Amino acid sequence: MAIAADALAGPEASLAPATLSADAWRRFRRSRLAMIGLVVVALLVLAAAGAPWLAPADPAKQSLIEKRARPGGKFLLGADEFGRDILSRLIFGSRVALLVGGLSVAIALAVALTLGCLAGFAGGVVDVVVMRVVEVLLAFPYLLLAIAVVSALGPGVLNTTIAVGIWGAPTATRLVRSAVLTARESEYVRAARALGASALRVLTRHVLRNVLPTVIVYSTLFMANAILVEAALSFLGLGAQPPTASWGLMVSSGRDFLLVAPHIASVPGLAIMLAVLGFNLLGDGLRDALDPRLRGQL
Amino acid sequence: MLTFVARRLLLAVPVLLGVVFVVMLTVELIPGDAVALMLGEHATPDAVARLRDYLGLDKPLLVRYAAYVGHLARGDLGRSIQQNRPVVDELADAWPATLELTLAALVLAAAAGVAAGVVSAVWPNSLFDAAARVGSLFGLSMPVFWTGLVLIVIFALWLPWLPVGGTGSLGHLVLPAVTLALPSVAMVARMTRSSVLEVLREDYVRTARAKGVAERLVVSKHALRNAAIPILTLLGLQAGQLMGGAVLTETVFAWPGLGRLMVKAIFARDYVLLQGAVLVFALAFVLINLAVDVAYGALDPRIARQG
Repeated sequence: MAIAADALAGPEASLAPATLSADAWRRFRRSRLAMIGLVVVALLVLAAAGAPWLAPADPAKQSLIEKRARPGGKFLLGADEFGRDILSRLIFGSRVALLVGGLSVAIALAVALTLGCLAGFAGGVVDVVVMRVVEVLLAFPYLLLAIAVVSALGPGVLNTTIAVGIWGAPTATRLVRSAVLTARESEYVRAARALGASALRVLTRHVLRNVLPTVIVYSTLFMANAILVEAALSFLGLGAQPPTASWGLMVSSGRDFLLVAPHIASVPGLAIMLAVLGFNLLGDGLRDALDPRLRGQL
Repeated sequence: MLTFVARRLLLAVPVLLGVVFVVMLTVELIPGDAVALMLGEHATPDAVARLRDYLGLDKPLLVRYAAYVGHLARGDLGRSIQQNRPVVDELADAWPATLELTLAALVLAAAAGVAAGVVSAVWPNSLFDAAARVGSLFGLSMPVFWTGLVLIVIFALWLPWLPVGGTGSLGHLVLPAVTLALPSVAMVARMTRSSVLEVLREDYVRTARAKGVAERLVVSKHALRNAAIPILTLLGLQAGQLMGGAVLTETVFAWPGLGRLMVKAIFARDYVLLQGAVLVFALAFVLINLAVDVAYGALDPRIARQG
C-alpha cells in the first residue's frame, strides 16, 4: 500500500515531511493564480514596509507649477491636483490600506473567536442570543453597517478601522460558530472528552486548532473586502481625511479633473484593484490548499 | 406552503425589531453632545433644548426605543433636521430612483451572470471560459466607484455617447446600472458555472443524455433548474450588495436616490434622516431575503414541507 501511494504521489511526496502546512504548501504551489496572489501581496507588504525608501518623492510635497502633470518623465504615474507625486502617494497609501485591513481583521476575529466559540461551545440560550444579534447585523446591506458606524464615530483612519471591523464581525462569528459546531461533534473531540480532558483544553487544543484553516482563509478574503470598504468610505469622504494618502481618497479627489487629467482618479483605482485581486487570489489559493471543503462557504 | 410563508414572516419580525434597535444605537455612539453636533456651532441654546426634547434624549434608551417603534408602526419616522420635512416624505421622493437603479442592475447581473456561467460550464476550459473566469476575478476586485469614473471617462467624455450623470432617459440609466451590476455579474457567473458543472456530473443528466434528450434541453431543463437554488440564494444576497453599492454609484453619477440622500444626511449631520434611510435599506434587504426563502419553497417543494 505504502509503495503504491508513493508511486501515485510522485517522488516529491516521499521527500516532503507530512505535516499539514507542508502538505498545504505543496498544493498551494501548484496553483498559478495562488502564486500570483502571493507575489502581489508580498509586493504590497514590501511597499508598505519600505515606503520611505521606495517612494521616489515626498508624498506630501506640493508643486503647484507641476499640478496635474501627465504620467512619464519626472512623475512616473503623473502628479495630482496639488502637483504631488502619485506613485509616492500610492506607495504610502499601501500603508493605510494594509493597516486598516489588518487591524479590522484583528477586530473582527477577536469578536468572532470569542462569540463564535462561546455560542458554538456553550449552546443553549447563549447560542440563541449571539446568533440573533448576528442575524440582525447581517440584515444591513453591504457597506451600510460600516457607513452607519463611521458616520456616528466621525471620520478618520482609526474610526474607519473600527467600522470595518464591526462590519466584518457578524459573518466571521457565524463562520467560527459553524466550524466549532462541526469540530465539537467530531470523533476526536468526543474521544478527548471521554479521556477526561477539560472543556478549556478541548477548546484550545482540539477545537481551535481545527477552526484555524477556516479562520486563515476567511481573514485573507476579508482583507480584500476590508481594503474595498476602506477605499469606499474614504471615497465618500467618511474615512481617511486629507492629506492622508489613502487610495480611495485619491480617486475621490481626482473626480473633478476627469476630463483634463483622468490619471489622477484612475491610477489609484488600479492600485486598489490590484491589492484586492492579490488578496482574493491568495485567499482562494489558501482555501483550496488548506481545506477544499470550504469552497461552498467562502 | 401557506404555513411556510407565515412562519418565515413571523421569523422576520424579531430581526426587523433588532434592526431598528441597532439603527437607534448609532446615534448613541456619537461621542459628545449629539444634538449640538446636529445643529452646528451657531445653534441657540433654545433650539438645542427643543431638539433634545423632540428626540427624547433625556429619556432612557428603552423608552425611546418603544416610542420610536410606536411611531414607526404608524409610518412616522420623525422630521428631518435640515429640511424640517417628514422623513417619510423625503424617503418617498428618493426611493423610486434607487429601486429603478438596483432593479436594472439586478436584472443585468442575473441575465449576464447566468448566461456567462452556463456557457462557461457547457464548454469548460474553452477560450470563453478562460476569459470569463479572468473577467470575473477582475470584476470582483474593482471598486464600484472607480469603475463608474472610468466608464464616465470612456463613454461620456472621450466618446460622447452617454450622459455623465443625472436622470431622465434610458441613456442616463445605462452607465450607473452597468457600474453597479459588474461585481454581481462576476459573482453570479462564478456561482452559475460551478453549480451547473456540478449538476452536469449527476446521474440523471447522464440518463437524460443516454436516452437521447437534446443537449440544449439537458442544459436548460435538467441542469439549470437544479442549479437554480444556489443561484437564487446568491441573487438574494447580491441585492444587499447592490443596495450598498447604490450608495457609491449614486454619488458618482449624481443619481437622486436613497444612497445619495443618505450621504447628504451624513454630511449635514441629519441623523433622523440617516436613521430613516438606513432603516429603509435594511427593511428592503430583509424582505428580499424573505422573498428568496419563499421562492425556494416554490422551486423545491421539499423545503416548504420541512417548514
